[in-house]
Amino acid sequence: MSRKKFNQDRDVGEWKGKYAPYDIIKEGTIALLVVGILVLGLAVFFGSPDEHAITIKQWSTQSTQDFIATAATELDGSSFIANYGPPYTNTPNAAQKIGPIALPEITGVRIPINTAEDFVLNPLRSLPGQPALHQALNTYATASAKQQQAWSTAYANNAATTNSDGSITYNVKYVNGQVVMPPGNYGPVSTIMQYETEMARSGALDQALITGGDFYTTNYTKPSLFLADGQYLANVGAAGNLGGEQWGMMNETGAFPGQAWLWLYTLLYQIPPYSTSWAANADAMVWFTMIILTGILMFLPFIPGLRSIPRWTRVYKLIWRDHYRQA
Amino acid sequence: MDLSAVSPALYSLLGAVFNLSHPGHFIHWHWINLSVANVIVIGLMIVTFIAAILIPFPKHKTEQGEAHD
Amino acid sequence: MTEVPSKTAGNPEDAGMWTAKIRSRVVDALPPDRLLPDRQPAYVASWIYVFGVVTIAALVLIIATGCILAIFGPQWWHTNSFGHFINSMHLWSVEVFFFAMIVHLWGKFFMAAWRGHRQLTWILGIVTFLGSIVTAFTGYLSQTNFDSQWIGTQAKDGINATGGGAFFNVLNFGQMLMWHITLMPIIVCVLTALHVLLVRRKGVVPPFPTAAELAEASAATTEVAP
Repeated sequence: MSRKKFNQDRDVGEWKGKYAPYDIIKEGTIALLVVGILVLGLAVFFGSPDEHAITIKQWSTQSTQDFIATAATELDGSSFIANYGPPYTNTPNAAQKIGPIALPEITGVRIPINTAEDFVLNPLRSLPGQPALHQALNTYATASAKQQQAWSTAYANNAATTNSDGSITYNVKYVNGQVVMPPGNYGPVSTIMQYETEMARSGALDQALITGGDFYTTNYTKPSLFLADGQYLANVGAAGNLGGEQWGMMNETGAFPGQAWLWLYTLLYQIPPYSTSWAANADAMVWFTMIILTGILMFLPFIPGLRSIPRWTRVYKLIWRDHYRQA
Repeated sequence: MDLSAVSPALYSLLGAVFNLSHPGHFIHWHWINLSVANVIVIGLMIVTFIAAILIPFPKHKTEQGEAHD
Repeated sequence: MTEVPSKTAGNPEDAGMWTAKIRSRVVDALPPDRLLPDRQPAYVASWIYVFGVVTIAALVLIIATGCILAIFGPQWWHTNSFGHFINSMHLWSVEVFFFAMIVHLWGKFFMAAWRGHRQLTWILGIVTFLGSIVTAFTGYLSQTNFDSQWIGTQAKDGINATGGGAFFNVLNFGQMLMWHITLMPIIVCVLTALHVLLVRRKGVVPPFPTAAELAEASAATTEVAP
């Protein structure tokens, strides 16, 4: 039988030395008590954060212009979510790529979202009474696709403009319960957006989006995506230093410690090329990188050179100093 | 059960001595941006690791013997 | 009470039975004094060795506090001060869990603890680390507050970019909660158990050899034929 040459980064000799009593159950019990007291103390001294969830009602009440402008982009199909690509929409070339491969296109549209229908038109259709609203919805529905686009795009473009630095100028106003837009040819969209705003501010839009007319639900995809398209949620996040460019993935709300173990994942987003030439595919490239690095960590025992670092750095000499002293 | 009515002392104890529900502080160093809380946790981890290696462990009397393995 | 007499005294004809085969494999791999040893090699004498069991202690607390939260439901802690306290215990147990696990990882790295056919122990440890991150992540998504909304709407882009978003919808609270309280705890506990059983099976990794030990070990082995 041939045996491999002894490699001290891979192999060990048989231990022929001394043994000592070691009470692992007692150690475990003490560990449980110590950790229990530590956790109790931390909970008593620091508690835990609980910032209230944001509702569509809150968004549309506290940042009405942003709500109207965002809803307008959902209707005209120019919003981020409307053009997201899989798993939400069929938008071509929208999916992020790793090299030539767009993995989301392989898995497909499994959570179909039609922002115009799901965030605006269907919820409004569920409102009882309101003859002016249903008249406007009917006019919109029976118009040609080209006409619908003309009205809704005119509305969205006039409601707000994005400046070159990324900031937004809101031209739409909300005065005494009325949505006031710059002049334009909006057709029934003006009425639709007026009712959308009122439905949102009443809280009824939250319910319509959450339950979709059903009774039970535990799926918050639609209201979450709608919220994420607006600036209100983003501003609350940025104020709490939770944004991606603020290393937010590592952070918790308030002054609590967060997820320090996500340091490398967070760091990659901040550095070139993830922040520069790969920015359009940053998420895919960061995940791809993390999978490779995790693989290296996982299979470290088999990687010559890397698996020698413990021996080279000699930290073990401190850990086992008594053993080496006696040897 | 409304704990605040039953035991106000216990109620306030359960509500945390230090209130961390305020905007956090952040350390900016060049392009690195970390919360103070996270820096403290990471610092404590490094200190704990070094301490664990350096602090002597209580010794038991050792005995020669065959492996129980 | 009269005990049922054991009839499993190694009847040779029964050796082919599945039950007998599994029993003898398990008992051979982990006889009682290897499963619960009261001795360790003398080199197991450093505080760095306690961080594995500290991680497990934190995991026990996470599960215990998680069970209390489960008794009353996912929104209990928003309106009940005792519930908020248990949530705080749950959160800080998680912080202590990751703290201890990573110190344990650093220790095992600097000891090159994969040596001596312990590579699988190392791999299982990393997989458990990953499983713990998924568990923590789904936990954050289950808080039913702003943090859940924020983490869900931000993290969706990363997960969607890998194609995973088609199946793992971070905005689907019901799915995320069930992953957090059933699937992932089972996975993490099973991985942890396998990891610990492997450590018991192989023993704690010995120190790097001294120069004399290295010379002896090298002399005892021959080159593998290419």
